[in-house]
Amino acid sequence: MGNKTVTWRIAGGSGDGIDSTSKNFATVLMRMGYHVFTHRHYPSRIRGGHTFAEIRIGSDSVSSRGDEYDVLLSLGDSFARNESENAYYGNEEIKPLTENLHDLRQGGILIYDSGVISEDELPDDFDQRVEENNWNVIDLALKDMAREHGRSIMRNTAGVGVTTAVMGIGIDGIKNILEDSMEGDVLEQNKTVLEKAHEKGQDYNCSIEMPEKNNFEDDQVLVSGDDAVSYGAVDEGVQFISGYPMTPWTGVFSRLSQIIPQNGGVAEQVEDEIAACAMAIGASHAGAKAMSGSSGGGFSLMSEPLGLAEMTETPIVLLEAQRAGPSTGMPTKPEQSDLEHVLYASQGDSNRVVFAPSNIEEAYEQTRLAFQIAYDYQMPSIILTDQKISGELRNLDESFFDRETNIGDIGSVLTEEQISELPHHDSGRFNRYRYSDELEGNVSPRPVPGQEDGNFLATGNEHNKQGHISEDPVNREEQMTRRVSKMEDAREDIRESDHVLQTRFGSDDPEFGVITFGSQQGTVSEAVDRMNNSGFDVAGMGVSQMKPFPEDTVQSFIDEVSDCLVVEMSSTGQFENELVKHVDLRRRPQDITLHSLRKYNGNPFRPQEITERLIEVINNE
Amino acid sequence: MNDDFTPLTNGQDEEQYDKQDYTPGIEPQATWCPGCGDFAVLKSLKEASANLNKSPDEMLLVTGIGCSGKLSSYFQSYGFHAIHGRALPVGRAAKLVNTDLEVVVAGGDGDGYGIGGNHFMHSARENHDMTYIVFNNEIFGLTKGQTSPTSPKGHVSKTQYGGSAKDPVRPLSMALSAGASYIARTAATNPRQASEILTEAMNHDGFAHIDFLTQCPTWNKDAKEYVPYIDVQDSDDYSFDVQDRAEAGEMMETVEDELHNGKVLTGRFYVESSDRPSYHQEKIARGSMPEEPIVYQNFGSQNEDYTDASDLVGKHK
Repeated sequence: MGNKTVTWRIAGGSGDGIDSTSKNFATVLMRMGYHVFTHRHYPSRIRGGHTFAEIRIGSDSVSSRGDEYDVLLSLGDSFARNESENAYYGNEEIKPLTENLHDLRQGGILIYDSGVISEDELPDDFDQRVEENNWNVIDLALKDMAREHGRSIMRNTAGVGVTTAVMGIGIDGIKNILEDSMEGDVLEQNKTVLEKAHEKGQDYNCSIEMPEKNNFEDDQVLVSGDDAVSYGAVDEGVQFISGYPMTPWTGVFSRLSQIIPQNGGVAEQVEDEIAACAMAIGASHAGAKAMSGSSGGGFSLMSEPLGLAEMTETPIVLLEAQRAGPSTGMPTKPEQSDLEHVLYASQGDSNRVVFAPSNIEEAYEQTRLAFQIAYDYQMPSIILTDQKISGELRNLDESFFDRETNIGDIGSVLTEEQISELPHHDSGRFNRYRYSDELEGNVSPRPVPGQEDGNFLATGNEHNKQGHISEDPVNREEQMTRRVSKMEDAREDIRESDHVLQTRFGSDDPEFGVITFGSQQGTVSEAVDRMNNSGFDVAGMGVSQMKPFPEDTVQSFIDEVSDCLVVEMSSTGQFENELVKHVDLRRRPQDITLHSLRKYNGNPFRPQEITERLIEVINNE
Repeated sequence: MNDDFTPLTNGQDEEQYDKQDYTPGIEPQATWCPGCGDFAVLKSLKEASANLNKSPDEMLLVTGIGCSGKLSSYFQSYGFHAIHGRALPVGRAAKLVNTDLEVVVAGGDGDGYGIGGNHFMHSARENHDMTYIVFNNEIFGLTKGQTSPTSPKGHVSKTQYGGSAKDPVRPLSMALSAGASYIARTAATNPRQASEILTEAMNHDGFAHIDFLTQCPTWNKDAKEYVPYIDVQDSDDYSFDVQDRAEAGEMMETVEDELHNGKVLTGRFYVESSDRPSYHQEKIARGSMPEEPIVYQNFGSQNEDYTDASDLVGKHK
């Protein structure tokens, strides 16, 4: 990543258009030739409450939100509670300013709506902090300006206009994106507000140095983890989705609920997550490519049908978009504490594949891989994301999505001709669940209901070849061994796929290691780069294949170092527990020591937190 | 027309099915107790399927857990023996993916009115085109005689030592208020009526709910406690319009109360006019799913207009 980045933060109330404004601005910056990366922070409220969005801008690809930010655009909270409630909630009207000061860097620019936050509402130490931090303050009555030239709701446009002035990037790009989404008086008023605000911003003698631009030639797209998962499913030919709304799973659910019916499939919002998962099973059993998903709470309900999918060998793909738990937890905050939940949920020996993609590219590719494994091996695949990766936007080359699709391939199923040639039980039923010694591998291809002479029974009970309930010990061992062996077969397939699953970065000859999984990889890799630029020899690894666990790859990484820091968003160290279970820490002349860095306060890691902990570990050795 | 689903796409072929065609040639022998009402469900389902000349390969029978759940083991067709209470969503989705299938879902009263009550309510309101048979024996049989949602108030069992303090559920009234479009009650002791009602239910375009009184002689009442039964359509004592929700509702209340007074009233209690589209018909009409079964896309009928990721990312520029 290039050295120079600039981070812009827009803050306001939930429902104030903070998210859409930041997305539009990120699009404009991308079109201009910058690499962008966004971060969202919002409460579980429809209206009001402190919310902000950040765009980190670089000349090279950006992998994390960084440590601090350069420019704050603080708008008002239009939905702040009335004064009588301030005793409990604090003055929400001024929070877009006061809640955002601590990470604004020295010498940064602070733009705030002085028409909304009056001078006497400013915190007592405000002037002192401005002076100490050498902040450049632009106090403009943005809402009033918007009202004067258009409508007060256009104050976001005014704020962006001032931002463009301090960034020195002109307003043509903003005008273009306004034209994309509005017309008539609203468009004209917005343009006027933009121009006036831009002019006002130029009156202040402060500016920020922007990174070098690239010449992208209109080939970049701005996508989120949710987009990537959705598009991975689309390119696999997903035909059925069932779900129940829950943050942050809803992002993928709503995207695919729009796309799938247009592509000739069906999307179902149903009564609960038990039904959602059971319906994905029913749809897949009937021959569709099906998925469902939820966040932790809804996935708890799915643990029952999840086992049914394993036992009946029905392919399904589930997305588990994590948020902070337990229980309702913090609905809009990221955490990685559902790892053990997805690995072990449901009774009996679990038999599934789990991927935790670490960035947008992996989210697309591993979703595709999840479908392929599920349908080829007749077992559940789970994609484990979280609130961080689901909503963060990053630009990438459009050509990334120029892929062969896999539409219409539902894996190991039979044609009627094949069914007629394969053995049937004397009862007339098809031998759906043949033993391994009758198969190539451990997958017994299945008929689809409606095919001639293919009828069989699928059951959650242990069953014999044609699917009848059986508690015969010999049959039980045959069937159970065959089913769990599929996971090992899948491991080989995954190894041979050309998808990136485990990523190693940093020093080739490391003294210290850092290991993480899923969505924190980008931040960890930035921290490792910084360490190595400061003269340390640190290597990092991001793991995405959570089950079957990639023992060999992780072991050889761990073997390179004597100390390894485990970075994860969980208070009990669930990923570290997996490492201890799968990796031998006592193989070398000296033992390998694992150190922990765990975070569970609702905010994702910043690179500096990782470098500080690393230095602490190194100094203690 | 699809070459890989000949039982579905050949239309009514020349073959005439009779009830033996739904009997697995050898084993398994039913594990139900002698005198169990479940045998009557199996028999009447075979008769109804033969009446409608359904091929075993065009039927999907989805069952729940309990003695009733074993129905799919003894009935020759595609079968899915699901988990407790979750048969309905499995069957619902299969029907949406392949609307040419004849989907029958079956389970017990604990399965449908207790643990799966939420799915029962929503499957009824959505009016999925399927037949839902609830084996109502007023007891948990397979787990050996615990109080069930349809057990009468005061029912004493190993889980209700002091006698149940709960009023039993009203299955017919629940189905009506939830939105089922065909609602009937029949009894194992009346197999002729049962097969007629099942034939009607399978022929019905929408959610057909049958509360099937199946005696459990081991843990609860034996067959003679369900006789005499009265078919309300044949009786001069009862007169109501099966297409009128208000009259049907009133009749159902009577039927539900009288069962616990020892009077077994059976028959059709609500038959909605055929104007109401079933769920998949409604979705097709709204452009929310295709007319041809979705599964055929994976067997040769590929969608030429498929929008893939490279088409979709254009809007992210």
